[in-house]
Amino acid sequence: MRAEHIKIGTSPPISFEVGSGECLAIDGPSGSGKTRLLRALADLDPFSGRVFFDGAEQSEMPGPAWRGAVRFVAAEPVWWTDTAREALPPDEACRSRAVRVAAAIGLPAAALDQPLQQLSTGERHRLSLARALADNPKVLLLDEPTSGLDPAAVALVEELIRYRLLSGNTVVLASHDAAFSKRLANARIALGKKPLTAHAP
Amino acid sequence: MSYVALTYWDLVLASLLLLINGAISFGFRLNLERSLAISAVRMVLQLALIAVLLKFIFASDAFWPTLLFAMLMLAATGYEVASHQSRRISGWRGYALAGGPPFAAGLVTALFAVTAIIGAEPWYAPRFFLPILGMIVGNALAGAGLVLDTIADGANRERQVIETRLALGQSRFVAMSDIMRRSVRAGMLPIMSMMATAGIVAIPGMMTGQILAGAEPGDAAKYQIMILFLIAGATGLAVLSAACGSVLLMTDERHRLRLERLQSNGSP
Repeated sequence: MRAEHIKIGTSPPISFEVGSGECLAIDGPSGSGKTRLLRALADLDPFSGRVFFDGAEQSEMPGPAWRGAVRFVAAEPVWWTDTAREALPPDEACRSRAVRVAAAIGLPAAALDQPLQQLSTGERHRLSLARALADNPKVLLLDEPTSGLDPAAVALVEELIRYRLLSGNTVVLASHDAAFSKRLANARIALGKKPLTAHAP
Repeated sequence: MSYVALTYWDLVLASLLLLINGAISFGFRLNLERSLAISAVRMVLQLALIAVLLKFIFASDAFWPTLLFAMLMLAATGYEVASHQSRRISGWRGYALAGGPPFAAGLVTALFAVTAIIGAEPWYAPRFFLPILGMIVGNALAGAGLVLDTIADGANRERQVIETRLALGQSRFVAMSDIMRRSVRAGMLPIMSMMATAGIVAIPGMMTGQILAGAEPGDAAKYQIMILFLIAGATGLAVLSAACGSVLLMTDERHRLRLERLQSNGSP
């Protein structure tokens, strides 16, 4: 994936290239625009700049097709269903992949059928990873993938990301866990803090 | 029993009932006297104006005045719905979204009524076409307004859910399908309860009017039944197209949620 001259807040334009099997970490303090950059890469907000993946430009692909390949996983997962399984694509291959991913990060298949309200924050967070990987996207844009997880679960998520990298995925990572992102990333970019405006709108 | 025309003196007599409202407002210090007087005067002037206009249009029995009057109704429809929404799409698109669906649905159903059911000659005969159009649009407007409100509030509240679903590669219509379904339901409820309670809770206004004007209750009921079917059909069309239009205008062609296109109407 290649990004050219993406403008986020007051940071200078951002350009980078991250290949298949590589992991790019985005650093920067809170409010520096890490999430906005990831959302721009997933084409969730209008922004200035260009993004390419697999020879195609973002603006030339239909939004849903782009986001089918370039998957943004939010820091705070939200659900619109009672159980995780209902939120999965109906396709059988996707469903069994989600079950395998869930198992890899320490969740039994039964967790997919449990009411989400009865699960812990960490469990819901891991289920959102399983949901995001169900249809096998090529690029993962992970926003704080370890928030709310205990050290054992962090290790499992790290192993999952490593496995995805080995199988050719591209990962762009924004994490406050410096040690975690240092272990995974081949490259890093830093965003500056945007100056606080004196008056809120 | 025959039709009894009202004199102006009868209306003055009826208006005395407003004095009760005035007294209540005064007694309880509701400060409603002014707005009460203004709304009453507005009602009288508007209806008198409509009567004069319709009299002229009926006398001409021509196509263009009928069309012009229908266009005036369209403009009023858009303005009415849009200005009562707490959140609406900003700019002219907001008015088009508010007025377009109920008016288009009303037009289609009214044309169906005058051609296929009533068989008016000519089909645009304003005596049939305009009152039917007005009644249908007025009701479809209420349904469409509910849809726009429900969907704008829902999208605002469930922004994260919609964006999560979009991020998973769903199209805008799939990502917003739950909200659409809820809004269409909300928009259909009034006409369904109107049909279910017609004649039990109250005799509908049009049927009352026809009976007062000397029609047989049986004939009046037939007209009322037809009108309610027409309203139900038009409401369905208006509600569905308002829901689809809302989704289209609240997202862009890249299937991104664009809630900044909504503006809050200040408190009235």
